[in-house]
This record gives sequence, C-alpha cells and structure tokens, in this order.
Amino acid sequence: MTTTTGTTSTGTTTSGSASTGASARALMEGSEALVRAAILADCRFFAGYPMTPFTEVLEHFAALLPDAGGVCINAESEIEAVGMAWGAVATGARAATGSTGQGLALMQESFSEATLAELPLVIFNMSRSQGDYFQATRGGGHGDYRHIVLAPQDVREGVALVQLAFHLADKWRNPVMIYGDYLLAHTQEAVSVERVEFPPLPAKDWAVDGSRSGTGRSRSVTPLGVTKVGQRHFGQEGKAQYIATKMAYVEREARAEAGFCEDAETVVVAFGSPAKFVKYAVAQLRDEGLRVGWVRPITLWPFPVDAVRAATRTARVVGSFEISSGQLVDDVRIAVAGAAPVEFIGGVSSDHSGFGLGRLLDVDEVRERIRALHEGRTQPPVPGYEEFTYEPAPHQLAPTPEVTP
Amino acid sequence: MTTVVKSRGTVTIDVESCKGCELCIPACPPAVLTMSGPVNKRGYHYPELHPGCTGCAACLMVCPDYCFEVFRFQTPVEHEVPS
Amino acid sequence: MSTIPLGPVLDTAHAPGDGARVVEPKTPALLLTNHHHLCPGCGEPLAVRAIAEALEDLGLVDTAVCALGIGCYTSFGATVDVDLVQCLHGRAPSVATGVKRMLPDATVFTLQGDGDMVNEGLQEVLHTAARGESLTAVLVNNGVFGETGGHMTATSVLGQRTKNTIEGRDAEYHGYPILIGDLIAQLEGAAYVARGSVHNAGAVARTTKMVRRAFEAQRRREGFSFVEILTMCPTGWFIPTGEGPDYLASTLGEVHIMGELKADGQIRTTEELHAENVRKAAELDAQLARGGLED
Repeated sequence: MTTTTGTTSTGTTTSGSASTGASARALMEGSEALVRAAILADCRFFAGYPMTPFTEVLEHFAALLPDAGGVCINAESEIEAVGMAWGAVATGARAATGSTGQGLALMQESFSEATLAELPLVIFNMSRSQGDYFQATRGGGHGDYRHIVLAPQDVREGVALVQLAFHLADKWRNPVMIYGDYLLAHTQEAVSVERVEFPPLPAKDWAVDGSRSGTGRSRSVTPLGVTKVGQRHFGQEGKAQYIATKMAYVEREARAEAGFCEDAETVVVAFGSPAKFVKYAVAQLRDEGLRVGWVRPITLWPFPVDAVRAATRTARVVGSFEISSGQLVDDVRIAVAGAAPVEFIGGVSSDHSGFGLGRLLDVDEVRERIRALHEGRTQPPVPGYEEFTYEPAPHQLAPTPEVTP
Repeated sequence: MTTVVKSRGTVTIDVESCKGCELCIPACPPAVLTMSGPVNKRGYHYPELHPGCTGCAACLMVCPDYCFEVFRFQTPVEHEVPS
Repeated sequence: MSTIPLGPVLDTAHAPGDGARVVEPKTPALLLTNHHHLCPGCGEPLAVRAIAEALEDLGLVDTAVCALGIGCYTSFGATVDVDLVQCLHGRAPSVATGVKRMLPDATVFTLQGDGDMVNEGLQEVLHTAARGESLTAVLVNNGVFGETGGHMTATSVLGQRTKNTIEGRDAEYHGYPILIGDLIAQLEGAAYVARGSVHNAGAVARTTKMVRRAFEAQRRREGFSFVEILTMCPTGWFIPTGEGPDYLASTLGEVHIMGELKADGQIRTTEELHAENVRKAAELDAQLARGGLED
C-alpha cells in the first residue's frame, strides 16, 4: 500500500486500511495501546523479560492477558521467553514476545529458526535507538531468513500496525516485528483502540494439539527439513529453498508513505518516531519555499524500494535521517540505485540514560540538517559529538602491511 | 544321547533390521540366542533362536532396533536336542 | 549360564500358527516404522519405546505433544506418530511450557539428551521445574555428545574418556558431573523425579514404570515431572556394542544412580540411593556368606 503524494497541510497521507475512528478516545500510554491492540487481534500468549524501554509492554500484557483468557509468563530470560512463545504459536494460538536490542540479540537463533519453522510469531521491539535497524532487517541469526518489520511513527499508527502484524504473521506463516522506540512505548496519546478488519485466513491445518497422535496423521512444526515418515520430505536444502522462494511473495507487502515529493529537489527518508519530526520539519521548509519532500518506509523489510524510488524521482539529492551511525541509508542507496546521491544526515544520539532518543531528535536540529542537505552545505555537528569524536592513535594511522603472498 | 528341551515361547526376528549389536545375547535368561554365521543385507550378523525360549521378552526389551516379536505357546513345544 | 544344550536353529522368520499368542508387539504402535539410523547398540530407541509404551498403557496417545530437542534422538521426530514441536538445542522445556499453557489438557513432554538439557539448556529445565509447569521432561543421558562423535558433556563422569577428555575427565581440569535429577528434586515445583536406565530388561521395565508415573503426575496436575534415562552410546564411548550395558552400569550407573529421587513428596538424594544400594549389596553378601540367599 503505497501513496506518494501529500494530501493534507502537513503532507501526510494515511497508509493501508488501518482506520482508527475518533470515537471513544482515551489518553493512553503507547505500550498499553499496543498491548490492547494485540489482544484485540486475538493475541492470547505473551512471554517476556523486563528491559527498558520495552518493560511496560510486558507489564500491560501481564495485567491484561489473564482477563482476556490468555497467559503472560514472566520468563526467566529472553531466550526462554522466545521459546515459550514458540511453543504457544505452534499450537495455533496468536502469541508474541519482545524486548529491546540486547534482549533481542539473545533471541536471534530462535528468530532465524522460527522463520524456517514457519512460525507466525510477533515480536515487540521497543528499541533504544534506530541503531537496531540492521538487527531488525538483517538480524543476527544464521542462514537465509527475513522478517516483516513494521515501524509505526506514533501510537495511533501502532495500534493499527500491531493488528496488521498478527495478520501478516498468519498470512505468511512468518515472524513479524514491530519496531518501536522509547517515544512510542512511553508517550501518552489520545487514541481509540479499535479492531481493524482483515480478510479471513485459512484454518491453521499445521498446528499441533495432540489429537492426531497415534492416528498416522500426527503433525510436526519444525525448522528442520525432516517431517513425519510418509509426509512431504524437504531435506535441509529443500526447506531453505522453499522458504527463500516464499520470501519473493512476502516482498509484495512493502508499505510506505510520502509527502511533497512530486517536485522535490531534496527528499529525506526516515522511519518510526523520527519520521514524524522529519515530516514536520519538511512542512516548515516548504512554507519557506524550499522544494523538499519526505518518504517514510512503514515496512523496514520488505523495504519499499518502488515507493522510495518513485518518491525520489525528481530529487537531485536524497538524505537518510536516522538516529544511528547510518544503517537505513544502505537500503536507501539500494533503492535509489545511483539515480541521485544519497547522504546520511542523522547521527548517534541518546538521552543521558541511553534508553531514549537524544538531542538530535529536535525539530530545529532536524530542519537545519535538511536545509544543509538541500543547500549542499556540510551537516551541522551532532550535539555531543564535539566531546566524544574519536581521535586515532599514531599506530592506527600507520598503514597495515599487505599479507597476501 | 538326546535331551528333550521345552519351548514355552518363541520369537520372530526381523533380521534385516538388525544391526548386530548383540545386546539380546546376554539378555536372554535361558541363553538360547546366538549370533549367526551369515550376515544380513547390511552386513551384520544377527541373532538366531534355539529351543528353550520361555517367551519372557527380555530380548525384545533390550533390542534397540525393534527386531523381536515374542509369542507364548498354549502348550509348550518339545524339541529333541543332542545333549 | 544356561544349562540348556543348544539345539538346532529354529525358524524365526514366520510367526507361529495357532496355539501361540503375541505377548509383545515388535514395534510400539506409536512408531510409524521400526527403521531408524541410530548406531548399533544405542540405548535411545529403548527410551523412546518406554515413552511410547507409557503413553499407550495410560491411554494418553491422542493427547500427546512432544517438544523435541536436538541430538541423535531427534530422528525419532519423523517416525514417532506424536504431534511434534521441534525445538532448538536446549530450548524444549520453554517451548513445552508455551504448548502446555495453550493446551492445558494435552500430555506434553520433552525429549532431550544430556548435551541438550544439562549443557545447553540447564537453566530452561530448572526454571520450568521451579514454575511447576505440569509437563514431563524426559532426559536421555549417555554422558556424551553422541551426535558429534563422542565429546564430554556436563554429565560425563570422572575418568570418562571422550574425544575432548582424552585421558579421562579430570575434576581439576574439566570440573565435576552434574546430577541433574538432584537439582530438580530440590525445587518446590517438581512433583516427580526419577532416574532409570535401559542397560538390561529389568531396568527397561522399571524405567517404563517411571515414565508412566511421570505422566500420571502430569495428568493430576501435580507439577513438573522428570525422568532421566541412562542410555548406552557405544559409538561415543569407543567400546564394542556388546559391552555397552556393562560399561553403563560401571561408569555412568555408578554416579547417576537409578531410583526415584522425588515421589509422593519424599526427596531422596543420589547419595542416599547409592548408600541404599551399598547396604542391599552388603546384605546379599552376608546372606551368601551364611550359606545362601534368603527369601
């Protein structure tokens, strides 16, 4: 679902079929709204381990799931949390786990193997910065695997994307991650958590419940290429090929939105909460008469290559604004494919605790970085960089000898 | 001289499934299993039964390759065996 | 030794006709085939048989879900006719937890080796037991990584020669083996803990009973149940297949003592089981010295 033109005063278009009505809005913390959306989407199992800024997601699941007839387990580690969710998903239940960067790093083996096992697992990633973009879109697991990654810009969109996550997970039998951050998890917004309707999905004829044991029709949910004797046999190579060829279809789920791009000389790409700042700053620059635009990937994988390419058609320069040392910029370069120079205009920036987004996420900062890009000037310094910029030692500046014979 | 040996039971042996581990040989209380001279298609020696089986199923219980099926006779079968 | 003179080789290719009844079926009904690729003399197929028989005896077959670990026994996932969730190495207890919480009426069990449970996933099994999850964990313990070709695990006994303890496991250098059953028995959430073996027919029968008791504890929702089963691995022990049972009894079996470690609320340590065995052996010796075994 891609739109490439701005239609409102701020250049925003809504994306997908997500519709959350204005009725019955309540001021609600992002974490609670996301959890309520998950339960509306029939999520009945959650297991997690506390870690800032994800902790409140676990708290709300613990508080709300039992009354919904579900179970939330306070897992003793992230590795156990993802294992529990694995088991729950295997029974056909909608289930999820989550954490933040380090905790998700511990879960990587399960994430990659869950893809091979075709488990529709949903993962809540409340990240500490956007420096986990690679972790989310490439991952640290082994082998050829991909996850759908949805990056809401705010709580309202998060409510819709969480429900979409469960739908897509079941539709493709593949893990789906919600990529949020401190702002999404902890900002209170006036939202109404309403059900988003999706087309019906086929029954889960792969899930286990024990009732077929001993009948000759027992089932296996497995990442291995081995199935029951007499059933379709994949082998390891076959299973890997089967999954790889599925991913070509999953790529059709790419989503993005864009604004002010029809005549833009400068286009800025951003995702998640920072994208909302970029959208606002671009609107300010438009008011000054600068031909700038923005494009926001809603799915980080599949990366909305076509939408980014279309949005940057008239651009003479493209910028990637992200709170990291430059990760999204790689995908932007792949999408733009040399049609225009792509520059990284973000930076590493966190709050004093390291858990939240830092001083770079400020409308004035963002606006001046976009202006500098547009005017071909050097980027202003990232706040804090003056003090901690790396100074190489002399031995590091000396050339390293060739060693190939 | 011959002796009469009674078999209260007997077994069937799926010799082609046997991997020749020999666990059944010492497990047999009356010691009426011995390993074959010939080998099966996979090249393993396999157990052979002699008169005197009691149908106790010890062989089956220790066989990792599920080769044995155990039967008990309603009336013991007698064999004349050279003593 | 038998005094029966060896008679001729009898026909064992055909089932006897009328006048005989099957006392034990060749293949447990839960096995889709009796073929498997495990080595000659392996004890793991016997542990699988014990689980299958216990499920059949208790009429629980059509409620069974297995969370399977990674080891040689993993190949049984394809041939045992039980709903299966294949787990990553060490993770089966957590996966089984998720299954059981969503399917409270299912009979959920894990099957893991010592490398899987006691090395890679030690905390998983302990936490799952401590939570008192009503599921059954089955450990096949041969004191060695069989699948990689015979390497030390956390349960390898002192002196045991493996590919990476060439001179035998040395406590000073390699540390001590873990008696996993004792750790689990101490946890409040554990309802039934037992250690069996498959090195002879009597042990197999006793172990099958233990697995049955574990499933019964699960059905009564008493909490976590655990059965450790010592299995032969002649390949990983570098010994002839026929020596497997004796090697098990004299090495692993001398450290990981068979018996019920927790049943009916009573905890008995491995040390206590050992002392009991020593006492029983001394009694037998005394009886023999007095001129024969008493009834």
